[in-house]
Amino acid sequence: MTRTTRLNRRRRLAAVTAGTAGLALLVGACGSSGSDDGDGGGNTAGDVTADLDCAAYEDYGDLDGKTVTVYTSIVDTELEQQIESYRPFEECTGATVEAEGSKEFEAQLPVRIQSGNVPDIAYVPQPGFLKSLVADYPDAVKPVGDLASEYVDANFTEAWRDYGTVDGTLYGTPLGANVKSFVWYSPSAFADAGYEVPETYEDLVALSDQIVADNEGDPDIKPWCAGIGSGDATGWPATDWLEDVLLRTAGPDVYDQWVNHDIPFNDPQVAEALGTVGEILKNPDYVNGGLGDVSSIATTEFTEGGYPIVDQLCYMHRQASFYQANWTTLDPDLSVAEDGDVFAFYFPAPEAEEQKPVLGGGEFVVPFADRPEVQAFQAYLTSPEWSNAKATATPQGWISANKGLDKSLLQSPIDQLSVDLLTDDSYVFRFDGSDQMPGAVGAGSFWSEMTEWIASDKSDEDVLDAIEASWPAS
Amino acid sequence: MDWLLNADSIAEKLGVMVVAILLFVVVMGLILFLVDRPRNIPNWVVAVAFSGPAILLIGFGLLYPGLKTIRDSFYNRTSDVFVGLDNYATAFTRDEFQIVLRNTAIWVILVPIAATLLGLIYAIVVDRSRFEKVAKTLIFLPMAISMVGASIIWKFMYEYKPASRPQIGFLNQILVWIGLEPQKFLLDAPMNTFWLIVVMIWIQAGFAMTILAAAIRAIPEDIVEAARLDGVSGVRMFRYITVPSIRPALVVVLTTIAIGTLKVFDIVRTMTGGRFETSVVANEFYTQALRQGDNGLGAALAVILFVLVVPIIVYNVRQLRKSEEIR
Repeated sequence: MTRTTRLNRRRRLAAVTAGTAGLALLVGACGSSGSDDGDGGGNTAGDVTADLDCAAYEDYGDLDGKTVTVYTSIVDTELEQQIESYRPFEECTGATVEAEGSKEFEAQLPVRIQSGNVPDIAYVPQPGFLKSLVADYPDAVKPVGDLASEYVDANFTEAWRDYGTVDGTLYGTPLGANVKSFVWYSPSAFADAGYEVPETYEDLVALSDQIVADNEGDPDIKPWCAGIGSGDATGWPATDWLEDVLLRTAGPDVYDQWVNHDIPFNDPQVAEALGTVGEILKNPDYVNGGLGDVSSIATTEFTEGGYPIVDQLCYMHRQASFYQANWTTLDPDLSVAEDGDVFAFYFPAPEAEEQKPVLGGGEFVVPFADRPEVQAFQAYLTSPEWSNAKATATPQGWISANKGLDKSLLQSPIDQLSVDLLTDDSYVFRFDGSDQMPGAVGAGSFWSEMTEWIASDKSDEDVLDAIEASWPAS
Repeated sequence: MDWLLNADSIAEKLGVMVVAILLFVVVMGLILFLVDRPRNIPNWVVAVAFSGPAILLIGFGLLYPGLKTIRDSFYNRTSDVFVGLDNYATAFTRDEFQIVLRNTAIWVILVPIAATLLGLIYAIVVDRSRFEKVAKTLIFLPMAISMVGASIIWKFMYEYKPASRPQIGFLNQILVWIGLEPQKFLLDAPMNTFWLIVVMIWIQAGFAMTILAAAIRAIPEDIVEAARLDGVSGVRMFRYITVPSIRPALVVVLTTIAIGTLKVFDIVRTMTGGRFETSVVANEFYTQALRQGDNGLGAALAVILFVLVVPIIVYNVRQLRKSEEIR
């Protein structure tokens, strides 16, 4: 009797231990995977419905009791800020907006279209994806309504309209934007070492050499740090590098031809640009401060690629404006400002280049229904009212190319600088090239080949030839 | 009845749950009642009543998608133009897919053998030992963790930092302690595939151990006794008595793990995203069909996977039949 009881108890104990340990591991795993979404730092969001004047909303009509469903890749805090920015529309028109975010957006949207479970509106982050949606599901995607189309003409530049246009028809209207031509650095570290923010590409290279010379005694400290890891999208930060440099070495016109495949992907001018990128990213003297050698770029998560700047193990990190959220994730006390702990400078152009190119990205609002409330909501999203409501609801990390956006509502210095670059006429804007290319290239071989280029030192020529070979025939 | 379709509050959701459970009870009760009551209904009615729902569900959830996948594999990326064997030609000739097929072969050969071997040795070693319960619990634990969870744990185990920086990966810390250079486990091909395989073995060895330990326990005591009287012990006991006696269990374990390994997706996707030459067929199928919108190529890869699994299942079923005949 006693023997069995003891045995049972021991068995139960073992089971409980096993269960708890397993549970703890699972909880731990979940916790760590969800933690890289910063909540936007110390700044606070404003009230979007303060002093709400419904006069600007009269064009949308009375939409009481109507519902618009939105599907997007935006999740967590950013999605909450999105939903917050819809409140003026909801209060003035009576409509309800139901937004749903998924990190599997790109994979799930075609599945939802095929199964007939289509959202009214989807936020598509890549013009290339929009093109393939229109080509693959011509009946599902609806042209943009007249009012929203008018608003696009009034509030955005021609170029932004073109990114949402497929074969002459407007299918997507611009939503948010981001600027990718930034180099993150530490103003305080630069001041301590007596470095100046470089004005030209030549200065940038000279500064890199100087940092190498100044830190000869310490092999850990390098001028640059980088990371291109991003799950199954690994490689995209490297494609941004090539696009940014191609814009500088060959100019925006060649860039457009390259994106549209009017010149082959492995054109000599592209090869030259890739060589220039290689002089930084594949130069063992320049990378990868605090993270390892050249190949460590491939396994470092892009979210962590700039972190060695804080430890002064590297001095520069080229990454988009949205990287500011990662600094506050690393340490909520870091100040992102021109005189703070970290800030970004414009990725400079060569001295000989007259135009200063800016690489950027953004999302597009694509309708899958043409009901009045859907068209009205899309028009609202292209209006200055929405841009300003969104700016009010977002403490940091959001901008738009909307000309009506009131810059003073932006609370983060990097967002203000981004808007300056987008609206200043001396800068030429170009949309992220990989986002415009067909999915097989832009979300496939371009990513994977650039990863190979770094991870296994594949040659420039082989990389470009392989991507050219993967370009879809039709 | 609107709340039934659009349950919002907790009370409504609980209500929906109660309704669902009641429906289940009613339907099951009805089936059991109908089957039980009359004694003289024809056999085929009973057969249909029992297997009908299952056949319907298999037809709708397995057969139809299966046939559609086979059809799609002969069509273009949007499944509307017939392209013949083009997708298969792509899958078998492009360099990157050859690496994918090679990796899948490595996985399906190594994982079942290693996991079964480890499980078998472990089962014998801990059998009837003092720590049996704890030891078995320990190796069975990984089975309780999801594949993604296990992958994240092992990603941290393999984490690389340069030699001069503090290590956060366990394995590299050990390498540094014994004076070696830290390794980029997940980056350096082709070894990185083997490091991923370790994760699968870690998960599956517990499964193998559990089944095999039960089989070893079931070996009749008299056979072991007789062998012992004949002077057999140690390795020869293992070779001539234990292994032949648990052969059916071994086959089941090997084939089950092999099928699971062919379908492996979570580990590769979580740990490397299929980069650095580590992709396998299931991951590539997902990438092509869902990320790049190429239904045809995705379907072709799925069919290849299916064709690879079939012989294993056939072998498994035949072995089962054989052992039933003996009985």
